[in-house]
Amino acid sequence: MTAPTASTAPAPPADPAALAVRDLRVTFDGFTAVDGVDLDVAPGDLRFLIGPNGAGKTTLVDAVTGLAPATGSVRFAGRELLGRPVHRIARLGIGRTFQTATVFEQLTVLQNLDIAAGAGRSVTTLLRRRRHLPEAVAAALETTALTAHRDRLAGTLAHGRKQWLEIGMLLVQDVRLLLLDEPVAGMSHPEREATGELLHRIAADRTVVVIEHDMDFLRSFARSVTVLHAGRVLSEGTVEQVRADPRVQEVYLGEPALTAPAGGEA
Amino acid sequence: MTRSRLLPLAGFALTAVALFAVAPAVLSDFRLSLLARYLCFAIVAVGIALAWGRGGMLTLGQGLFFGLGGYAMAMHLKLADAGPDGLPDFMLLYGTGGELPWWWEPFRSPVFALAAVLVLPMTLAALIGFLVFRRRVRGAYFAILSQALAAAFALLLIGQQATTGGTNGLTNFQGFFGFALADPLNKRMVYFVIAAALLAVLLITRQLFHSRYGELLVAVRDSEERVRFLGYDPALVKLAAYTVSAGMAGLAGALFVPAVGIISPALIGIVPSIQFVIGAAIGGRASLAGAALGAIAVAWAQTTLSEEFPAAWTYFQAGLFIAVIAFLPGGLASLRHHLTRRRTRATRPRPPTGTPAAEGAPA
Ligand SMILES: Nc1ncnc2c1ncn2[C@@H]1O[C@H](COP(=O)(O)OP(=O)(O)O)[C@@H](O)[C@H]1O
Ligand SMILES: [Mg+2]
Repeated sequence: MTAPTASTAPAPPADPAALAVRDLRVTFDGFTAVDGVDLDVAPGDLRFLIGPNGAGKTTLVDAVTGLAPATGSVRFAGRELLGRPVHRIARLGIGRTFQTATVFEQLTVLQNLDIAAGAGRSVTTLLRRRRHLPEAVAAALETTALTAHRDRLAGTLAHGRKQWLEIGMLLVQDVRLLLLDEPVAGMSHPEREATGELLHRIAADRTVVVIEHDMDFLRSFARSVTVLHAGRVLSEGTVEQVRADPRVQEVYLGEPALTAPAGGEA
Repeated sequence: MTRSRLLPLAGFALTAVALFAVAPAVLSDFRLSLLARYLCFAIVAVGIALAWGRGGMLTLGQGLFFGLGGYAMAMHLKLADAGPDGLPDFMLLYGTGGELPWWWEPFRSPVFALAAVLVLPMTLAALIGFLVFRRRVRGAYFAILSQALAAAFALLLIGQQATTGGTNGLTNFQGFFGFALADPLNKRMVYFVIAAALLAVLLITRQLFHSRYGELLVAVRDSEERVRFLGYDPALVKLAAYTVSAGMAGLAGALFVPAVGIISPALIGIVPSIQFVIGAAIGGRASLAGAALGAIAVAWAQTTLSEEFPAAWTYFQAGLFIAVIAFLPGGLASLRHHLTRRRTRATRPRPPTGTPAAEGAPA
């Protein structure tokens, strides 16, 4: 199952944007960070992935996007992802953001978005200047309220705006599966609300997985929740179902601090 | 907007006037031939501005490509001097048994030699880049590897005295595609060819800088990993810039041969490779004008100062290099930028604040 898959393998007629993870395992020098995770996310879902620090949430996203070597199976729209290089997985319509916003600091907001929109460009297009704004870029500038900042260097943006820029980059990239690693960390309350609403709109015709710690944010915007603990799925369901699960209360929700110490390192 | 378009155009016009009208009018033949040599270094520096300044690849071994271009040209000139079926003079001295080595033979053809000037360095660079960038070798490792290759090439040439001229290199060229190099008029023509080549290289690189590819190259420099998640293969993006910069170094090496009259291992090994980079670093590696002028200035200073203070020059050059890298990483070209930024910071209005929901249209 873990052997590199030929990129020419025909796509079986499957759900267009369904993510199916089976028995996923990621091991770092003998330490198992993701320990046999099964996860199904349906198209149109807005899935929240929660769990204490060190539960393996980021590592799970790393494995799906090709950054961390893993065993098991990750299928998206019927195609196996494990074994493919990062940029090929991205070209299948999978995008992600990072726990600390990662944008091209030396380029303007507009250039950042334009690059995100351009992975399929021909050599002749690449060698020319940008004559006019691609429609998707203009739309993403509007959606993320960055139109007024389009000519600023991304490195000079405030923290929250960088995160929006990252989301905007995923929009122009036209991905069908978005994996967002703590997208509202460090944002003010109104910024969180705005981001949550943006995510809801995005999820209407895409599949969105959000890693998040903030319980208020989760209650307001999650359609479904998966709780990860020590590299395993502890519980899954609606927000109410998960909150009522005694195992979840034990390891996570019952504790006053949401950033409980890692269980995985024990 | 228009100003940002006009300014560089004016810059090019000015450069063209300076190179084609002013310099030939005011400089003696001797000085002009020195300038021709500096312009060759400027061509290398423009390639370094692309690969290092924009692409973040510290190309510490451009001597390898400069040498390939230079030797390709020199071999052709030697064979042309020797006449049909003739042997280059040095081979008669050291003796290859009266036989021309098989790999010299194709360089009799001027078309082959001219093509080789670009194709050899670019093919080798593409090969190196393919092996190196896929394995994600970068930073200091890439710099050291480049340098080791340049050193190895110089050693290889030294070791093959009978077929490459060894330490002496290839020298004593009589003609340049039918023009006698002893004639000062033809020397001037060589200068004009080099000046035109520099202008062409500047225009090509400027187009690359401002193209979407140029933006992508900066993105790869700043965050290779992030580019990958957008669906690009950064190895290919870097490979392209590295290959083009190698072609420029090869062209410079080829033009250096008729201008200076020699190509030898001492001109392409570790020390010259570092000197190529120093000029670009001091002038400003991310700026075309900065890199080109820096290369010319450093080469000029070397000729002038090293004659009078041969020992001190090396230390001075090293000190200058370190000072620039430490205190002004963008080189002298970034001074202007620093100054204008300081001025505008005080006057720029605060950008309006807003949230995606407040201003956003439906996605
Ligand atoms: N590259 C790595 N090398 C070794 N251990 C790692 C690496 N990345 C993550 N880990 C470990 O794996 C566990 C899960 O990490 P992570 O996925 O970042 O947790 P989360 O995102 O849920 O807070 C942690 O114990 C962490 O220390
Ligand atoms: Mg994390």
